[in-house]
Amino acid sequence: MRPARARRPLIGVLAMQGAFAEHVRALEKSGARTRLVRAPEDLEGLDGIVLPGGESTTMTMLMERTGLLKPLRRAISHGLATLATCAGMIVLARDVVDGMADQHGLGLLDIGVRRNGYGRQVDSFEAALDITGLGGKSFPGVFIRAPLVESTGSVEVIARHNGDAVAVRQGRIVALCFHPELTGDLRLHREFVKLAAS
Amino acid sequence: MAERSASRNGNGAVKGSFKVKTGLAQMLKGGVIMDVVTPEHARIAQEAGACAVMALERVPADIRKEGGVARMSDPDLIRSIMAAVTIPVMAKCRIGHFVEAQILEALGIDYIDESEVLTPADEENHIDKHPFKVPFVCGCRDLGEATRRIAEGAAMIRTKGEAGTGNVVEAVRHARAVNAGIRKLAGMNHAELVREAKLIGAPVEVLAECQRLGRLPVVNFAAGGIATPADAALMMQLGVDGVFVGSGIFKSEDPLKRAKAIVAATTYYDKPERLAEVSAGLGKAMDGLEIPAIPKDELLAARGW
Repeated sequence: MRPARARRPLIGVLAMQGAFAEHVRALEKSGARTRLVRAPEDLEGLDGIVLPGGESTTMTMLMERTGLLKPLRRAISHGLATLATCAGMIVLARDVVDGMADQHGLGLLDIGVRRNGYGRQVDSFEAALDITGLGGKSFPGVFIRAPLVESTGSVEVIARHNGDAVAVRQGRIVALCFHPELTGDLRLHREFVKLAAS
Repeated sequence: MAERSASRNGNGAVKGSFKVKTGLAQMLKGGVIMDVVTPEHARIAQEAGACAVMALERVPADIRKEGGVARMSDPDLIRSIMAAVTIPVMAKCRIGHFVEAQILEALGIDYIDESEVLTPADEENHIDKHPFKVPFVCGCRDLGEATRRIAEGAAMIRTKGEAGTGNVVEAVRHARAVNAGIRKLAGMNHAELVREAKLIGAPVEVLAECQRLGRLPVVNFAAGGIATPADAALMMQLGVDGVFVGSGIFKSEDPLKRAKAIVAATTYYDKPERLAEVSAGLGKAMDGLEIPAIPKDELLAARGW
């Protein structure tokens, strides 16, 4: 029998390419059960999903070729709790600037992003962030060839860096330009596990 | 360890820390990094789903054939490839040639491969990689070599294999050697670990980190001889984090199709049905080379220490 949902939600981690193992570790330390998502049937019975960092072009193409893009879009638009980091944010965004010409992601998050908007790898950086609703000290933001949020529609901006939105929330979607899974700080993963369980 | 590459700018952001250097390698995991020699190749690689490309003038198979001194590529070529794609672009410098590395950093390249595929510039010393803001990947044949490169500041490791052969046997040998080296550490006490460090020429601190983690402390890809989807999946099942494919793609009959298949095989490396599907009808693979047929002094993996 399945354990009560509220205690240990089952969270899928999209595992096309990228830093998915790091999310699995952070989620399990935060009290969730996890499942790697590599095929449409892996979406069955999930309480939440993480779209990790990696290369958004690679992830999008593999999802398209494996028939995962459409069922994933359906699941998220029907309210599946979603945490997207970096490339995951690009995959979710309504508008992508500087992507490949035919890069069509999920288009569910009401923001416009510019790929590598903070520059190339030599411009990757770490910065302390104040995140709305997250108690205690500032959060260590690790930005790696990060997307720049250039426009926001009906989303709540929950963190900024130099005035630019770097974390947004829209319903049951949380999307970040940075990588909490590369830090030891589990606060955002714990909040997400709570959201998925609710 | 004090970070010699990190710099703080006016708005409280720190660039070039070891965290962001290793972080990019973590984003490349589960992916395929493809050698490209023209912007057109780079676009094909990106379209196929490569997670990064390696910009160079000649693929290893041609370097091997043509001989002579192989050096860093022309900055114009590298720039044109950087302009052609949005995925990360890597480039190679010669072992020990820190000025080529400085030039690549000035070009804004995303990763530098201090590579045995080029002719070494220094037979004693590799580059001190810590002061650079740009991260480095370096080759290894076993755990000792991997840990020495990490001590010098490599943010990513790749097993060397034997580049330009289309023969996966050396890649397998080197991946297995790293795995065996790490397995051997389990259960050693500190005195035994120090002795092992002496025997394999490993820095004790890095070796202790390998023991604690049960793996290398940085991302480890396989390289050198991968030519088919099955080769890529083999390396993934041996535990590497991703693969480099050099000559294997653009020396084959249908590069786009083969590149797509190798990308899929790297994601679905443990699903034989999917591997069967993507391996079918790819046309001719690159011509392969038997390792014993290569004169000893032409073995690329023996360069560096």
